[in-house]
Amino acid sequence: MNDDPLDAMIRGGTALLGIPLDPAWHDAVHAHLAVCLRMGTEVAAFPLPDEAEPAPVFTP
Amino acid sequence: MTGAAIAAGVRAGTTSARVVVEAALATIADRNPGLGAFTAVIADRALATADAVDAAVASGRDPGPLAGVPFAVKNLFDIAGLPTLAGSRINRDRPPAGQDATLIRRLEAAGAVLVGALNMGEYAYDFTGENTHDGPSHNPHDLRRMSGGSSGGSGAAVGGGLVPLALGSDTNGSIRVPASFCGVFGLKATYGRLSRGGSFPFVASLDHVGPLARGVRDLALSYDAMQGPDSRDSTCADRPLEPISGLLARGSAGLRIAVAGGYFRTGAATEALDAVAAVAAALGATREVELPEAARARAAAYVITASEGAALHLDRLRRRPADFDPQVRDRLVAGALIPAAMVAQAQKFRRWYRDAVLRVFAGVDVLLAPATPFPAPALGTRTMVLNGAEVPLRPNIGLFTQPISFIGLPVVAVPVPGFALPIGVQVIAPPWREDLALRVAWQLEETGVACAWEAPGAHQ
Repeated sequence: MNDDPLDAMIRGGTALLGIPLDPAWHDAVHAHLAVCLRMGTEVAAFPLPDEAEPAPVFTP
Repeated sequence: MTGAAIAAGVRAGTTSARVVVEAALATIADRNPGLGAFTAVIADRALATADAVDAAVASGRDPGPLAGVPFAVKNLFDIAGLPTLAGSRINRDRPPAGQDATLIRRLEAAGAVLVGALNMGEYAYDFTGENTHDGPSHNPHDLRRMSGGSSGGSGAAVGGGLVPLALGSDTNGSIRVPASFCGVFGLKATYGRLSRGGSFPFVASLDHVGPLARGVRDLALSYDAMQGPDSRDSTCADRPLEPISGLLARGSAGLRIAVAGGYFRTGAATEALDAVAAVAAALGATREVELPEAARARAAAYVITASEGAALHLDRLRRRPADFDPQVRDRLVAGALIPAAMVAQAQKFRRWYRDAVLRVFAGVDVLLAPATPFPAPALGTRTMVLNGAEVPLRPNIGLFTQPISFIGLPVVAVPVPGFALPIGVQVIAPPWREDLALRVAWQLEETGVACAWEAPGAHQ
């Protein structure tokens, strides 16, 4: 095993979540997760005030 | 024949719902094997419904504005007596639905006749119309090509002339993409306008449902019949009915129409840009406006989709990972691992982006943008060359639809003729102004600038 943090995240994350991951699926999951994290990083990089509200509003 | 023409004939007594539905069932039997659009045909029920419509006409009762119009629904809508597949193998083990989805009930209350369930990409996480379990739905204008997804069967059924009207769902573009690829009209109404009651979910934050049809009047008639609050969908807005069918002829008069620039002009093939240019020229739209942070909006939609989709399917990923379509499973597993902080930020950004886009709409009534970056690719295609660079196909199909549905804007996808393959344009309006998008689409259709592609074999 290498020390790619994504590999570790996939192995550890799926184990913790109880998802039985066939090793043959690993590379595809890796590719998709890399895209998701790139997208997430792009979103998280956008400066928003602490007071910014999320879009969904729950009405009791 | 359009739904409006069918309904007019049934209402006038020049034809009967039974004759219309029998003809639709025969067409489906003839052409569906090549198209792969239907996963279930409910002939007995359809004929019984048609007979009830004819009985209403015979007794002098109003059979409804969609009298005798055959329609079919993406198989994520509940149909009483059938398991709701949502394109999956796993859902085949579900018990049959106890009742119809809300929109099916409303369309049938307006006289329409449900004839079956339609193929779709598994769990709606798809832009191609391909399906491991049922086979792909094929593009009616070139069977070797994609129908588009995830409402691929809906696009194939309407584009192929099997039914004049179908329902689909659209989380990131799944009505607008098959409408574009299959050469038909599609309406994605404002988020919360049309009830999702009795439909299998995907991403609660972004899921929409709506019609695909061969003409704008059919979109408007079905939309009017389907509007209204619904206790079965907590997101469905508590708004009064705002019927549009009687307003279509107002067209685009007095409307400020602009083309979405910047992001929406990058990464599109010539056909997509030419289609927008043709529509803009016909409408006299010379202005170009920017939707701020559109690329980031798409990224946020991507993250929310993967994460909420994974949460929905987490238990199935644990118990039956091998029973998923591999293309869907691998994306869902990745989605399950996205840090929650990114998802929370994406939802905060969503509100920021909505406010920013509403400021754009203070100066413009309708926006035009490509529906898809290119016409339908060949089935099985994995990559695409855009602007000289090879890029993965699947994520790029929704490039131009995702930043729009992300904030729930109403859109009519209109098919533009004159190209080798169908290609569509998005006519986008501010929230709750479906009327504006439908009026503009109606004018485009009236003037021949937009037109459903003729169904192959329609005159045979």
